[in-house]
Amino acid sequence: MDKETKKVLFEPLVDNNPITLQVLGVCSALAVTSQMSTSLIMALALTSVTACSSAAISFVRQHTPGSIRIIVQMIIIASLVIVVDQLLRAFAFDVSKKLSVFVGLIITNCIVMGRAEAYAMKNPPWQSFLDGIGNGLGYSLILIMVALVRETLGSGKLLGFEVLPLMKDGGWYVPNGLMLLPPSAFFIIGLIIWGFRTWKPKQIEHNEFKILPFSHGLEGGHH
Amino acid sequence: MANAENKTANLNEQLNKYYQQFRAHCDKILALSNDSLEKTINVALALCLVCAVLVSIATVALRPLQAHNKALDMKRNILDVAGLLENDVDIDKTFKERIESKLVDLETGDYAEGINVDEYDQRKAAKDPALSVAIPPEKDIASIRVKAKYAKVYFVKDGDQLQSIILPINGYGLWSTMYGFISLEPDGQTVQSINLYDQAETPGLGGEVVNPHWRALWKGKKVYSDKGDVALALVKGGVDESRPDAVYKVDGLAGATLTSRGVSNLIQYWMGPEGFLTYLNKFRTNG
Repeated sequence: MDKETKKVLFEPLVDNNPITLQVLGVCSALAVTSQMSTSLIMALALTSVTACSSAAISFVRQHTPGSIRIIVQMIIIASLVIVVDQLLRAFAFDVSKKLSVFVGLIITNCIVMGRAEAYAMKNPPWQSFLDGIGNGLGYSLILIMVALVRETLGSGKLLGFEVLPLMKDGGWYVPNGLMLLPPSAFFIIGLIIWGFRTWKPKQIEHNEFKILPFSHGLEGGHH
Repeated sequence: MANAENKTANLNEQLNKYYQQFRAHCDKILALSNDSLEKTINVALALCLVCAVLVSIATVALRPLQAHNKALDMKRNILDVAGLLENDVDIDKTFKERIESKLVDLETGDYAEGINVDEYDQRKAAKDPALSVAIPPEKDIASIRVKAKYAKVYFVKDGDQLQSIILPINGYGLWSTMYGFISLEPDGQTVQSINLYDQAETPGLGGEVVNPHWRALWKGKKVYSDKGDVALALVKGGVDESRPDAVYKVDGLAGATLTSRGVSNLIQYWMGPEGFLTYLNKFRTNG
């Protein structure tokens, strides 16, 4: 694997992660991560959509009129999402029922559009495909981390298998109900971002403006 | 013979000509500036065509599999409300052995004749003007506007013994029409279980209608009061067990007043004279 391919594939895992650094695609990361099985399917669906749409968009990039650029991207992404949704309904019915609208909402996932606009419009199809895979993997990594915490602490299980024996079944663990609700994913993603930025200080964003101390704030306002 | 060969050759030539024209058209379009109107329209049309074909192929090719999944899922819902859904149960087999489907004419309360029960889909029938009736607004407490003339009910049997009777119910909650089943004991009065299998209420609030703990509260509740009215309903807060009517009341869902009201309404509707009351009365007297 040459250096460029490696960079495109693995940089989005930690160094340029779509969720933790670019803070894209957070909505679905909150919604589907209460169970590992739904997270894995969602990760797979998003990765394949991002990869295929990036490749397709890159393939037609030289003949895409600027005036309908976004619509062209949307049509390609939407078609792929419908195909993925149909496939899930045929081959993974139970999971697709749990994912319900969130598969359809991949259409509006910022990662897919973001990669199409930022990368696929300027690079050849194969590289765009790899870039899509890489960003999909970055998204998957965070989803899996969040689901790992949420399912283990929220229901004492992992992929449906018992990890922590629950009190009500005669074990010792009292499940944390908050972990099953979407806000818990916010906390976990926040902690992951904190962890990543402590590990890689380069990711820390600098303030775009300085917050004035309180006393100055009083004087500086509109009177 | 020669004539037929001639025809094929002619056809080939014709097709070839169209293909060449098509190629020439494509080359011309591709050579145009990206910003020209002609190219924009052509690119948009071609893209839509390709995407439409892709989507259509996926939908049509996968439909049989999806239909099978759906049918299996419906059987699972019915077995669930019948209390027969244990781990690794063979759904098709159990359904065949234990469940008997029947069609009920809601107006007369008699069993419908001359319709294939297995092929009848009540939810589809409700959308078919020939098989449904509009509900007058003043009677439409479940906010469903139309109902199918015939309802598909299920008998749960153990050998020849009737264990329970499953009735389809639906009604509007906060966001969605909830579809479900309620299973009654053979007395047509005592609830065994309820399963609102299709709903899109707020997850964690109204969506808790699928919560097994909440569903377990329904077991043993009674539908009709001594006077014969539908008394079964949800109450805000918890049910005070010491109250005389506690047997008719189920805890409402916390934080989901409108969904709870929707559930009460759909019970009121489907157990009442517009729903299964006539049928259940006949069922109790005739068996």
